[in-house]
Amino acid sequence: MRPLPAPFSNWFDARGWQIHPHQQALLDRANEPSLLLIAPTGGGKTLAGFLPTLVELADGGHRGLHTLYISPLKALAADIRRNLTRPVTEMGLPIRIEDRTGDTSYTKRRRQRADPPHILLTTPESLALLLSYEDAPHIFARLSRVIVDEVHALAESKRGDQLMLSLARLSTLAPGLRRVGLSATVEDPVAIARFLARHPDPCEIIHADPGPDPDIAMLETKGPPPWSGGGGRYAIPEVLTEISRHRTTLIFHNTRAQAELFFRDLWMANDEGLPIGIHHGSLSREAREKVEAAMVAGELRAVVCTGSLDLGIDWGDVDLVIQVGAPKNVKRLVQRIGRANHRYNAPSKALLVPANRWEVVECQAALQAVKDHDLDGDPRGPGPRDVLCQHILIAACSAPFDADALFAEVTSAGPYAALTRPDFNACLDFCATGGYALKAYDRWQRLMLRDGLWTLRDPRATRDIRMNIGTITDAEMVKVRWQNRLGGQPLGEVEESFASKLAPGDTFLIGGKIVRYVGLREMALEVAPAPGREPKIAVYSGTKFSTSTQLSHRILRMLRQDSWPDLPAHTAEWLALQRDMSRLPQLDRLLIETFPAEGRAHLCAYGFMGKNAQVTLGLLLTKRMEEEGLNPLGFVATDYATLIWGLDPVPDPTALFDRAALRDGLEGWLAGNAVMKRTFRNVALVAGLIARNLPGARKSGRQATFSSDILYDTLRRYDPDHLLMQVTREEAMRGLVGFGRIENMLDRVGDRIDHLALPRLTPFAAPLFLEHGKVPVEGAARERLMEETAARLMAEAGLG
Amino acid sequence: MNGFNFHLGEAGLTALPSGALWWASEGCLTVSDLHLGRSERYARRAGALLPPYEVDETLARLDSDIAATGARTVICLGDTFDDLQAAELAETHTLWLARLMAGRRWVWIEGNHDPGPVDLGGEHRAELVMGPLTFRHIVAEGAVGEVSGHYHPKARIAGQARRCFLVDTRRLILPAYGTYTGGLYSDDPALSDLMQPGAIAILTGQAARPMPMPRRKEPA
Repeated sequence: MRPLPAPFSNWFDARGWQIHPHQQALLDRANEPSLLLIAPTGGGKTLAGFLPTLVELADGGHRGLHTLYISPLKALAADIRRNLTRPVTEMGLPIRIEDRTGDTSYTKRRRQRADPPHILLTTPESLALLLSYEDAPHIFARLSRVIVDEVHALAESKRGDQLMLSLARLSTLAPGLRRVGLSATVEDPVAIARFLARHPDPCEIIHADPGPDPDIAMLETKGPPPWSGGGGRYAIPEVLTEISRHRTTLIFHNTRAQAELFFRDLWMANDEGLPIGIHHGSLSREAREKVEAAMVAGELRAVVCTGSLDLGIDWGDVDLVIQVGAPKNVKRLVQRIGRANHRYNAPSKALLVPANRWEVVECQAALQAVKDHDLDGDPRGPGPRDVLCQHILIAACSAPFDADALFAEVTSAGPYAALTRPDFNACLDFCATGGYALKAYDRWQRLMLRDGLWTLRDPRATRDIRMNIGTITDAEMVKVRWQNRLGGQPLGEVEESFASKLAPGDTFLIGGKIVRYVGLREMALEVAPAPGREPKIAVYSGTKFSTSTQLSHRILRMLRQDSWPDLPAHTAEWLALQRDMSRLPQLDRLLIETFPAEGRAHLCAYGFMGKNAQVTLGLLLTKRMEEEGLNPLGFVATDYATLIWGLDPVPDPTALFDRAALRDGLEGWLAGNAVMKRTFRNVALVAGLIARNLPGARKSGRQATFSSDILYDTLRRYDPDHLLMQVTREEAMRGLVGFGRIENMLDRVGDRIDHLALPRLTPFAAPLFLEHGKVPVEGAARERLMEETAARLMAEAGLG
Repeated sequence: MNGFNFHLGEAGLTALPSGALWWASEGCLTVSDLHLGRSERYARRAGALLPPYEVDETLARLDSDIAATGARTVICLGDTFDDLQAAELAETHTLWLARLMAGRRWVWIEGNHDPGPVDLGGEHRAELVMGPLTFRHIVAEGAVGEVSGHYHPKARIAGQARRCFLVDTRRLILPAYGTYTGGLYSDDPALSDLMQPGAIAILTGQAARPMPMPRRKEPA
């Protein structure tokens, strides 16, 4: 066992603290090439990660950057700096700690490159940007350790893949670099270890004491939740009571828009004037920092928040977590619950607020899963090639490179360990020539081979490449700020599609304030306060998670029960009513209902495959219906069902579910639908084919930019096997398309498909009528309706 | 042809679903804003390497419109090429254009991106007057019977965005015909202010469909 040096043991002793066994374990194994620590929130995880660094730096002998800390959140980097600076100051250690994110000032960032601190706290995107500079070898030459915080969260997205490529680069620049990953409880730690470690280095996994089970229940409310929607606002009186009973409450929502609405209504009902704040990723940095500071100072009794507070910020005094809306995923629920009671060995307390009737069922299933320690998750696929394309361009910004050396480096990254040379070459070719079947850019290649090294043809390209670093491809956002005469301070941002629909005078909610749109100025929305007006709601693209397969199966098993004594009466009665009027869906069968409603024929298929796969099913079924002349008009999907409506009833829905036909349909349909186009847009952004819409890049009067849909259509027609089309297809199958889940469902149900033709809509189908996100079918029926609409408008305007 | 027939002054015109304008009595086909060579211009300026197929795609549509109408005159209403250098087309495209131009009158109107391709033959004009109509690239103040392009208008209906013609009693603005062209919604002030009350938008797509021109919303 490696003893703590005196300043450290004294510091621990002075506080009456003892080093945790997992902290000691990390210290003892400080020289391992890779380590993964799995610990619950509040387990002193961060200190465990930093302790070896602090000990190594204590003698003041190290010059330059020693440890790089990467977190998925900017806020986390700033928070860790505060928390780490305190013990370092108290122990009088000669260690300089700084953070560097998109929020860090230009001057400070320049200075950090010339004279890096001992410990630099940053995000995957800021690291990738640092690696794109010519002086990257100088910045990282003495780097000794890298700490990846919340590695479980990063491993779920392309941000993690990009980070692992960056770490591969760092290991080349600083041989002997050691990696430490800090993770919350996950279902498959070995997969995370493989993801993190430099291939083929070993990666020991250290498990901290998981602590006591959480104290978790559903919030009891006077009224039942509504039939549909996601706000949970019916529960505001009870939520306020809970806030007043606890020291500090975090109220999690699944989307930003819901958080805004909830916050507004909570505030209106807050007669006691309890100090409550709001925090989400679309708010301005100033607004977020204000709430974070107030939280740290213990000035807030509650914060309404989203995933932006999912991760590691140490809020200290939080003693209750309220999850509004179904958690969708047990693992994330457990991690959120962990935000409460940051003290080790005290149970976390959490309450679930189902937002609608269906979510009552899902929350009950999730509660049981938490009690059973039954975590869920999907295995991660190999590192996507669009991220690799971006990495190659970043490498070219930094310096000319040798393809063999870069390939060796890339395949040392866990997610890319199995990458083949032909696949790598295809990515390199994309970066160099566009990778088109038609070799059109001989004169204007982006990368040229000069003296055996790949070099940017035109150094001006570095600017575009750097501006587009990152793999987060949210909808285009527009900044919102107060009018100049009100000070012009930033408030946050809204989706561009939302902004484009606003007319002067329109009102919307942001940061809990109702504001009035005044005008557009320098690519920002200028607003003025409009208290008391009824707001339009900002449409944020909050992350849309699908309910996990494991949780869906749990729900289906629950439906098999004869009665539901654990569920509130209103929900148990609803299930019983569905059983009487139709049938309850079962794990090994597929229930399909058809019925007339609102003058249209409807079909509802209960696949329980999660939202994305149910959307895909909707697209595939409507395509087949279109082919058979059944005139589908549109559909809507939730995590458990797809509801389709059209002009004509479907006589035999079972025939639509023929697996071979569905798969054929997928191929054909992959061609032209909106989901594919959205996926393509993300892939094209990441791979650097199209640029993010940056402020000032747009011309006024006549638009110079055109949509990525046109590029998609062109490629589909002239170059369907292009690299980005391949990546788009792969990604869509896994993510937004979720065809894998459709195949699993078909396996599950076999030929046990039950079609019930009913006279009217059913209890389970009714909430779907109120769902948002209806998808129109671009077919004959739509053309017909469009023609009718246009004709009607012409007639109304007297122009016919 | 699924076109929409309308009048601008005395001239009986047809808006084609492709975005081209057909003037049957004169045998005249007009297209605007082809922006040929846009992908090449991006590449040249160290931008992204876009799929290099847009010239083929645009010429293929023009080819089929000419074949379908049997046009005796073709007017390209400016911004045919994305810039002067883009006018140096690949040989296959030059030959393609030459074949389209053969045996008919071909007029290049000068745009703001290009003064028109000098190597390709045809007439080059700042504007062209034919009977009651004047063809120019950008609208002129107070003009009557004017056919122009430049703005790339588009409109939304029933949740879908389409390129569109805008027409009132005095002027007609054509949609961009080129594949790699963006657009400006008709409710943008720049377009709303140009068109008279009662203007219609003719949507392109499977069929040319008229609708009242979507306009800027008035402040609440």
